[in-house]
Amino acid sequence: MELFTNQILAGIATGAIYACMALAVVMIYQAIDHLNFAQGEMAMFSTFVSWQLMQWGVPYWGAFVLTLAFSFAGGIAIERLLFKPLAKAPILTNVAGFIALFAIINSVAGLIWDFTIKQYPTPFGSSPFLGSQLISTHQAGMIGVTVLLLMGLYFFFQFTRIGLAMRAAASVPESARLVGINTSWMIALGWGMAAAIGSIAGMLIAPVVFLEPNMMGGVLIYGFAAAVLGGLTSPLGAVIGGFLVGIFENLAGTYIPGVGNELKLPIALALIITVLVVKPAGLFGRPIVKRV
Amino acid sequence: MSAVEDVVTEAPAVEAVPKRAMTLGTGTSLIMLGLLLLIPLFVKNFIIFQMTMLLIYGVAVLALNILTGGSGQFSLGQSAFYAVGAYTSAILMEQFNVNYALTLPIAGVICFGFGFLFGQPALRLSGVYLALATFALATAMPQLLKLGFFEKWTGGVQGLVVTKPDAPFGLPISQDMWLYYFTLAITIAIYVFSVNLLRSRSGRAFMAIRDNEIAASAMGVDVALYKTLAFGVSAGITGVAGGLGAIAVQFVAPDSYTITLAISLFLGMVVGGVGWLPGSIVGSAFIIFVPNIAEGISKGLSGAVFGVLLFLVIFLVPHGARQVAIVGQQLIGRFKKNS
Amino acid sequence: MTAMLNVKDLRAFYGQVQALHGLSFALNEGSLTTLLGANGAGKTTTLRAICNMVRTTGAIEFEGATLSGRSTENIVRLGIAHVPQGRGTFTTMTVEENLQLGAITRKDKAGVVSDIERMYDHFPVLKERYTQQAGTLSGGEQQMLAVARALMLRPRLMLLDEPSFGLAPLIVRDLFKILGKINREEKVTILVVEQNAQLALELADQAYVIETGRIVMSGKANEIANNEDVRKSYLGY
Repeated sequence: MELFTNQILAGIATGAIYACMALAVVMIYQAIDHLNFAQGEMAMFSTFVSWQLMQWGVPYWGAFVLTLAFSFAGGIAIERLLFKPLAKAPILTNVAGFIALFAIINSVAGLIWDFTIKQYPTPFGSSPFLGSQLISTHQAGMIGVTVLLLMGLYFFFQFTRIGLAMRAAASVPESARLVGINTSWMIALGWGMAAAIGSIAGMLIAPVVFLEPNMMGGVLIYGFAAAVLGGLTSPLGAVIGGFLVGIFENLAGTYIPGVGNELKLPIALALIITVLVVKPAGLFGRPIVKRV
Repeated sequence: MSAVEDVVTEAPAVEAVPKRAMTLGTGTSLIMLGLLLLIPLFVKNFIIFQMTMLLIYGVAVLALNILTGGSGQFSLGQSAFYAVGAYTSAILMEQFNVNYALTLPIAGVICFGFGFLFGQPALRLSGVYLALATFALATAMPQLLKLGFFEKWTGGVQGLVVTKPDAPFGLPISQDMWLYYFTLAITIAIYVFSVNLLRSRSGRAFMAIRDNEIAASAMGVDVALYKTLAFGVSAGITGVAGGLGAIAVQFVAPDSYTITLAISLFLGMVVGGVGWLPGSIVGSAFIIFVPNIAEGISKGLSGAVFGVLLFLVIFLVPHGARQVAIVGQQLIGRFKKNS
Repeated sequence: MTAMLNVKDLRAFYGQVQALHGLSFALNEGSLTTLLGANGAGKTTTLRAICNMVRTTGAIEFEGATLSGRSTENIVRLGIAHVPQGRGTFTTMTVEENLQLGAITRKDKAGVVSDIERMYDHFPVLKERYTQQAGTLSGGEQQMLAVARALMLRPRLMLLDEPSFGLAPLIVRDLFKILGKINREEKVTILVVEQNAQLALELADQAYVIETGRIVMSGKANEIANNEDVRKSYLGY
């Protein structure tokens, strides 16, 4: 029994990573109604930028804020330059665009910073949290930041004018235009915010998985899975989904025989899909009633 | 509390290809066929091998076109079916001494079953959810193939070596050339089958489901049956491609069939034009040759160059090669009018 | 009197198909005009053309400003509210959020709050349901919400596309009464596109009849209502 509780706790700790990434995923989904495969790479690139700033002597929090701004601007720039022209193209063509973006960012990051892993600092330290062997102060910090982000996003969407406008633009774009909302810019804003949130995720994750161009690959998939599990329209769902995915992953690794590191991902995904088959809109998503 | 979504006003996720435009005209088809028949007689063995792979991946992209372009179901998991087909052929040939030609229909049937089974739980998923599920399948496959449990058949991490067949009846042509024409014959057969499938009642059922599932169901289309059928057929054809691939490449190994393959096939479908069967070969050419071109341009930035080239393609022709074909047809039409 | 809205030689296209063939008409300030026509005649297209939601050629002028070339949202910001066919309700948001969205381009917070109260006076049923998800409202209630949302813009001109569609006759009567009140008391110029010719002609002061993308008749509403051809084709007697 103790092993079980320990694994749950450990799962929550690792799940904080996925929760953070899942928030960025939900953010972009709110804006553009689909998932951006290149988001992990964008987060990775941002993290490298912050690392580079620190190499040049900028203190941690300074680099953090500068990177946030850079990521926000970068997300908007990428949307305006690369995806606005594809706005009228079929969805699958846009997906091909995400894949192309992934390839470009991954390759450029590899060229600039090469593929050797680098240490990345954490502002929270890595001593045991409250004496517990399972959660470090960094992991507790991650959970804290994720919860703060969640609250911030909730406040933004529910109580600000621009949050309302973004929700409207994502939900019924034509009606949004008919109340005077510039839906095109709402999409750009969504990208900017998603990039910024992604950069936070990257900067929190890098101390744990070490900084290198391929660090976000697995994390992104888990982030997608968590967002989908939680219900793609719910930031709270995304966070809870993230923790659940962390727990699934840990339990699968501990209790299912023959499951080494390589099979953890497919098993976790399989579990999530099973949930989806039962609850197609995810745990907290609003079931969509289709009216013909 | 549920969210009410107006399905009628929502555009279908996969756009329809008008029936007339689904295949090439007779003239163009004959020219293509002629080229495919004659070029190998004049080029080196390695080029023949590349042309064989062109056809093989073309068949795999075609299978995806039937599934996504035809029935509107996304799949990022075709690499799994390809792998099963490849390993089936390899194991039958190397462990059970079955004739290579016979392994292909067996691979096809096994993969059809596999796809049909996978289609069942997939019934409740669509769009991004289905993409995630098929993605899971694709990532699981290489790991499953490495499992110690299967090692005595699959050869574990190292895989299996496959013997390349000689031309039959002692014909004086190279193995590569024989394999090419053998593959070409199968490709043509599959292409003709697929075109007829999409034109048949089943094909219309697929497309009805793609365009508006609820309406299709209300009209009496057995949605569950046709969706799983689409998965089965698509998987079966991909399996045959996989088998041919195993024979052509002369070996199978788990890491040859990763998610990268699934993503490449997806890109091939988009570049060729979703739902446009003739485009499959254009898509196949893209995924075989463009990465090499990218590496030729810049070894360190080959991924970035590939991405840029891909962007160029989708900016210029967002609907894929089909768009080029339509423009070509219009030009030919105008030319005919003026001359 | 210079017209508030001036449409000259408007042609509209859906892809290769031409839906409007050189429409010309004008709306005077303060008028309540109805555009009548059968299914497919081009009524909805006309409204969409004014808001640049469909490809057009020709000139549209609103209070002196040219509309062609402006994006839909910029046209709306000039003071034109459009209640689209099917209502276009933000179904996943609450009733109150829908109203707030109507006023999203306005900068006077206090004015918006008092306007929401005014909407609740016009449409008491909305006040009852103000925290309810808009998609769960009945057809009639959603139509009221759509009109209220449009009014939140404090528009100079309001375009309504088949507001009676799918609604019970009694509800349509109530709705039209409210539209008349809004036109008279709040001085909002209204253009109503309708298939329900009888009620529309009772409500409006001016009328146009459109057939296959062309205006075939124009004049005062009561004259049009008494016209023999109109009575036979649209009023059933």
